[in-house]
Amino acid sequence: MAIREELRDYVLDNYLFTDDQSKLKDDDSFLETGILDSNGVMEVIFFLEDEYGVAVAQEEMVPENLDSISRIVSFVEAKNG
Amino acid sequence: MISQITHRGPDDEGYFSDFGICLGHARLSIIDLDSGHQPIANEDKSIHVVFNGEIFNYIELRSDLIKSGHHFSTHSDTEVIVHLYEDYGDDFVRLLNGQFSIALWDANKQKLLLVRDRVGIVPLFYTRFNNSLIFASEIKAIIPVLNSSPSINVHALDQIMTFWNSVGQETIFEGIYELEPGNMMVFQGGDMTIFQYWEWEFSDAHYGESDHNLAGQLEDLLDDATRIRLRADVPVGAYLSGGLDSSVLTALVHRYKKDNLRTFSIGFDDKSFDESDYQKEMIEHLGSDHSHLSCTYRDISDSFLQSLWNIEAPILRTAPVPMGLLSGMVREQGYKVVLTGEGADEVFGGYDIFKETKIRQFWAKNPDSSFRAALLKKLYPYLNISQPQALVYLKSFFGAGLDDPSSLFFSHIPRWLTTAKTKAFFSEDINAQLSKSAVDSMSERFAPAMSNMDAFQKAQFIESRMLMPGYLLSSQGDRMLMKNSVEGRFPFLDHRVIEFANGMHPTKKMKVLNEKYLLKFAMRKHVPEKIINRFKQPYRAPDIPAFFRDDGESDVTELLGSEYIKKYGFFDDKKVSRLVEKIRRGRATSYKDNMALVGILSTQAVNYLFVEQMGNRETIVKH
Repeated sequence: MAIREELRDYVLDNYLFTDDQSKLKDDDSFLETGILDSNGVMEVIFFLEDEYGVAVAQEEMVPENLDSISRIVSFVEAKNG
Repeated sequence: MISQITHRGPDDEGYFSDFGICLGHARLSIIDLDSGHQPIANEDKSIHVVFNGEIFNYIELRSDLIKSGHHFSTHSDTEVIVHLYEDYGDDFVRLLNGQFSIALWDANKQKLLLVRDRVGIVPLFYTRFNNSLIFASEIKAIIPVLNSSPSINVHALDQIMTFWNSVGQETIFEGIYELEPGNMMVFQGGDMTIFQYWEWEFSDAHYGESDHNLAGQLEDLLDDATRIRLRADVPVGAYLSGGLDSSVLTALVHRYKKDNLRTFSIGFDDKSFDESDYQKEMIEHLGSDHSHLSCTYRDISDSFLQSLWNIEAPILRTAPVPMGLLSGMVREQGYKVVLTGEGADEVFGGYDIFKETKIRQFWAKNPDSSFRAALLKKLYPYLNISQPQALVYLKSFFGAGLDDPSSLFFSHIPRWLTTAKTKAFFSEDINAQLSKSAVDSMSERFAPAMSNMDAFQKAQFIESRMLMPGYLLSSQGDRMLMKNSVEGRFPFLDHRVIEFANGMHPTKKMKVLNEKYLLKFAMRKHVPEKIINRFKQPYRAPDIPAFFRDDGESDVTELLGSEYIKKYGFFDDKKVSRLVEKIRRGRATSYKDNMALVGILSTQAVNYLFVEQMGNRETIVKH
């Protein structure tokens, strides 16, 4: 499965507790919609590190990299080059 | 009715009945062990009283009443109530210093009074049924009188899943109400009138007084509040958590019990919740005879259902459960009474939320300032806000409501929004039944009383009128103490102490960001510096790990199964099963997930115990 789909399923399953794909759009801001708070962001980082072997540096833990499905996918793809 | 609440009073029971009235009482004998039987009547048997609690100034009141010609047939505090009522009518309650729920029958006027103490230490519930008024200390005593099971009050559930407690008179059961703290009900000729005789009000009575002057007055007041709370004909102990409040309290108790200070504490096998090191510091300082109970995950899950039977409301944390285990140890060791430090945070400004409010107000003046937001780091050192970009994460939580710092609930909006995430698990059916928001109910009930308060006072008021009576003194206090027939006493909640503190300028409570400044200043000579200066650790207990343990899942999690979730209908079964799966994968670590799990499980348990099993004591014996 592509990262995008896996990530969507992970967020839907673990934070929205549903498999209804319409509940989350790729560009929805996690912070603005309240899907993730800073604790949730930490959990997503753990997920990225576990599943994709991405090491997220302190300075990379910012909304520009992590605040939506699209941003995370771009971030992970850039990291894995 | 009485057989359902014998845990509150296992020592004796008594009844009075006359045309149209019946009073019943289960007694926990603490003062006047031999002749304190209740109900008690006045000289001509026209006034009858049953009451739960203590009148701590009964010795002084009794002496005054004897001087004015009253004859006493007992040495109990109960008898003071009937004679005071004879002299002062309904205003008698204003003379009481104590914790109480009172039912008084005036036969001449065919009038029943129900009264509850000022801050909500002792419970009192009621319902109207077939033109009658039925009341009791716990809801489980009322249910058997009704013809059918009570139903869950979905608005109260919505409130609990927002604030941790229901608002005003509401309880989790439809049609069953609690008499609010500081309230008196008059029931006469079938008409019911309720009025408030005391409210948490602020004044400027002590503005401008020096720290030394205030500290001297406060120490005298706390000393006296403690002294009269040691009045008992049975041994009295104290809870010692290792925090500032219980350390101050035990230092005060020590003045009167130098050679026989008995203290009790609880700790956890899970060291992230444990405060034993600070407890040891204070035990050595005072030389108290101390008993410590260490609590495991299994202890919490094994006692969960029983605790919910006592609490009679959903909870969002397991924290009350260990308090019930602690009172069990107290009772086993022969003690019926403990003094505790509860209330100091509300009265003297100790909670993190008060600091948070000050910082957010300061921040609101310049919302783009990362320097201002960075002050939150003082409050929550684990927050990583060294990166300027991280401001946006902080804003997502603490920034809620930042655009209106003068709003009534400015202090609590971030917290309520977080707790309210638990409502994402509500079923569609429950959501459809909710016609009024929890915050609107809160506003309707409390906005008038809060109109002239500053932001700090508003935050103090909300804590003191909501979480303290609605959760800390009840679910985690009275119900967990009385579960094992132990009475708690709270010197910081003496109304003289509250009224004094409420007349101090807010900066005497929180000096810049130094919480409980004046209390610490007044008591600095009596408590070790290490405890005065320690970082505040809120009391918490393990939540999810208590039920989903390495050695297996607790039986009570059966209530989270699809069958029970669908049958009761409060929650969406698919969402709940996803939460349970997330927990099983070890991924549920956030506060929200923990609160959601305990909230859902406790709601299911309350429905099982009280709606399905009618609150029957035998259900709990069976489990």
